[in-house]
Amino acid sequence: MAELAHAEDIKKHVRIYITVFAVLAGLTVVTVAVGYLRMPILPALLVGLFIACVKGGLVATYFMHLVSEKQVVFWILMLTVGSFIAMFVLFPWALSDQVVS
Amino acid sequence: MEIPYTVAPRPDTGVNNAKLGIWLFLASEVMLFGGLFSAYIFLRIGAPAWPGPHIGYEAVTRASDILSVPMATFNTMVLIASSMTMVMAWASLMMDKFTRYKQYMGATIALAFVFLIVKYFEYSGKLSHGLVPSESNFLAIYFTLTGIHVLHVIGGIIVNSYLWGPGSKMWKVDKQHFANRVEVAGLYWHFVDLVWIFLFPTIYLL
Repeated sequence: MAELAHAEDIKKHVRIYITVFAVLAGLTVVTVAVGYLRMPILPALLVGLFIACVKGGLVATYFMHLVSEKQVVFWILMLTVGSFIAMFVLFPWALSDQVVS
Repeated sequence: MEIPYTVAPRPDTGVNNAKLGIWLFLASEVMLFGGLFSAYIFLRIGAPAWPGPHIGYEAVTRASDILSVPMATFNTMVLIASSMTMVMAWASLMMDKFTRYKQYMGATIALAFVFLIVKYFEYSGKLSHGLVPSESNFLAIYFTLTGIHVLHVIGGIIVNSYLWGPGSKMWKVDKQHFANRVEVAGLYWHFVDLVWIFLFPTIYLL
């Protein structure tokens, strides 16, 4: 951003921000409602994390401006996601290969 | 000597150094919270019953038996609202409305304090009943995860308060540089919100 953006463009963004806020609030209510259904752990985990991923995606895409971000940021994010997945794979791998004396 | 590319984007990356720096920092933060989440998962997988069967003198079958879901739900709404006021603060600067920026940034800081006050009541409720981290693995990971998140909220309050108060003098000298600073602080604040979005169902509801 070499100069401040045009007010009209930002006004459009503001409408999106308000919509995203409303959706996030609605999804929070859905998350709590699902929590009170007392489902078995696996479906509860899948539904809970799916809603959290949707909410997280909305925050990252619109509030953190990933929707209009440069390629270098996506490279950093891909590296992060790769390292994150590797960490989650390493732990069960180590757990399944314990030294038993 | 002036620090290069604090406003203009670097030709090789396409973004300014501040933005590149905050994204790299957030990447390290993902690994910090990722490590803690994996610790939570393995404690849970290895436990014969979670979070109980007993914590203190109480029989516990669900986390919501000892944690306050209404308080955490309220705090989720507060953080989501603060994320919106933060992005509105940045948008106000981009529309050249400094007074409105001050209002939105002030609201962001106020909402962060509301989050901390609710957290104080939540923690003191646990501690007064003897529900301390040493009582169970569940409470240990609960206090660790939420405690580190609280530290991040406090860090955000400090940065945002500076940008609301003394740091805002920069607006008179270099508008774009100040707007970039607010954007970078916003990226951090949204990340704090994002972490809570995952913490809330994981700790309180599952």
